[in-house]
Amino acid sequence: MIDGFIALYIFMLAAFTGYEVIARVPVILHTPLMSGSNFVHGIVLVGAMVAMGRAEGPLELTIAFLGVVLAAGNAVGGYAVTERMLEMFKSSKGKR
Amino acid sequence: MGAATAIQASYFIAAALFIFGLKRMSSPVTARSGIVWAGVGMVVATLITFLTPGMSNYGLMTVAIAIGGIAAWVTGRRVAMTNMPQMIALYNGMGGGAAAAIAAVELFAGNVHGPSVLILGVLGGIIGAVSFSGSLIAFGKLQGLIKRSFRFRGQNIVNLLILTGTLVAGAVVVLYAPGPVTLLFALALVLGVTMTLPIGGADMPVVISLYNALTGLAVAFEGFVLNNAAMIIAGTVVGSAGTLLTQLMAKAMNRSLANVLFSGFGETAAAGATGPAGTLKAIETADAAVMLGFSEKVIVVPGYGMAVAQAQHKVWELCQALIARGVTVKFAIHPVAGRMPGHMNVLLAEAGVPYDLIYDEAEINSEFETADVALIIGANDVVNPVARTDKSSPIYGMPILNADKAKNVIVIKRGQGAGFSGIENALFYLDHARMLYGDGQAKAAELVQAVKAL
Repeated sequence: MIDGFIALYIFMLAAFTGYEVIARVPVILHTPLMSGSNFVHGIVLVGAMVAMGRAEGPLELTIAFLGVVLAAGNAVGGYAVTERMLEMFKSSKGKR
Repeated sequence: MGAATAIQASYFIAAALFIFGLKRMSSPVTARSGIVWAGVGMVVATLITFLTPGMSNYGLMTVAIAIGGIAAWVTGRRVAMTNMPQMIALYNGMGGGAAAAIAAVELFAGNVHGPSVLILGVLGGIIGAVSFSGSLIAFGKLQGLIKRSFRFRGQNIVNLLILTGTLVAGAVVVLYAPGPVTLLFALALVLGVTMTLPIGGADMPVVISLYNALTGLAVAFEGFVLNNAAMIIAGTVVGSAGTLLTQLMAKAMNRSLANVLFSGFGETAAAGATGPAGTLKAIETADAAVMLGFSEKVIVVPGYGMAVAQAQHKVWELCQALIARGVTVKFAIHPVAGRMPGHMNVLLAEAGVPYDLIYDEAEINSEFETADVALIIGANDVVNPVARTDKSSPIYGMPILNADKAKNVIVIKRGQGAGFSGIENALFYLDHARMLYGDGQAKAAELVQAVKAL
């Protein structure tokens, strides 16, 4: 179980991690990186699945169904476009 | 090892892979492998979630994943590189919508207990819903579905009222759960729309980046509700990384975030109406080819206009012809060239330009003085020297590329017209500047032939 101050510690450390990982990134990668971080919050899919797994009744089930559709779109779409962009970055020094 | 332990272990691995992947994505050499590693983490986390004890609705869940996943995969593979910013907005909005959906389901089901978790759940739901509807508006604007910017007096006050209403509804939900959950989400969705509608297309990238960070935060908050460490960590990492990216973008555009969100752009442009002195001097393709072909160093300054004309392939062909003649060719990219920072690099990469020929503003600005020709294709405001000198100009203070310092300047341009901001470009009127009028792609193709014939 994650609660109280443990949760706060996780939150703080993750926030610093995100900041540090991006801090020295060159401008040329801003668009792919935004797209990449967009993919990473596609992890919302696992949450949407859990919520759907215990949803009961038509209202909850409908909202949860939409949630899973949207989350899957976020994760898969985020991956597809990021990978397409990064695939194109090549150096002039061979090694394609 | 029980299912619960296996799930926790997989989430731990997924979180680690996300951070590792993002780190690798921050260098062009390792970027490709970064997204693959993060993708592995996502697959592991998704598959293991099916083992969560006490779940039902597996059939429908699989159908939902298939619908969302296949639709996104097909669109993501097909979209043109120029349309990438709005696609990112769309996928990001879907993530925000998913976070809001989680909040709604858990609140309706009465699964959220304890004041702190309730507050986080409600906040995450609000943020997710705002990000969802706001991102859809951003998508509509960049895609050209919404052409106008809707502005009226007192707009900020109206938005403030809707925000207050949303927060009050949220407070009531927290105190008397479930309470007015439907009203809460309706208000949050409206807020996303009214916040985003007045913002102009040029500022949209900053807004998309902001919504990206907000979705991350919403995912993290819903992670607290579901007790899911992977969501908390991944969401928070994206929240802080996205906030930093948003600031970097706003800085590159010489705007503060508050300025982007709370004021329209374009109203002030009419102010400095006095045009620059001098005349526009046209040049023929053959002369331009000679100038380029007998240079020692050429710096190419591409702008979004080049991408619109789909000229990047021909421009790279031209550069290859010049390089074959022993000319040093470099590309100078302004942070806001293209639709968002780094977008131009993606477009050039698509054309096959190696990234080590591409330099950003800080790296190359001192080199213009030693360049024989600055070749400007589809760029305008980012090379306008009034940004350095004219305090009355709306773009005053914006960092620009010092193309005016090159020995010669050639501008490929469709016709005589002002840039995106509606400001006349003083660079085009300088004594050593020549205008090559025509379609970017056609002119670049003609230049290739002319240079090869030299």
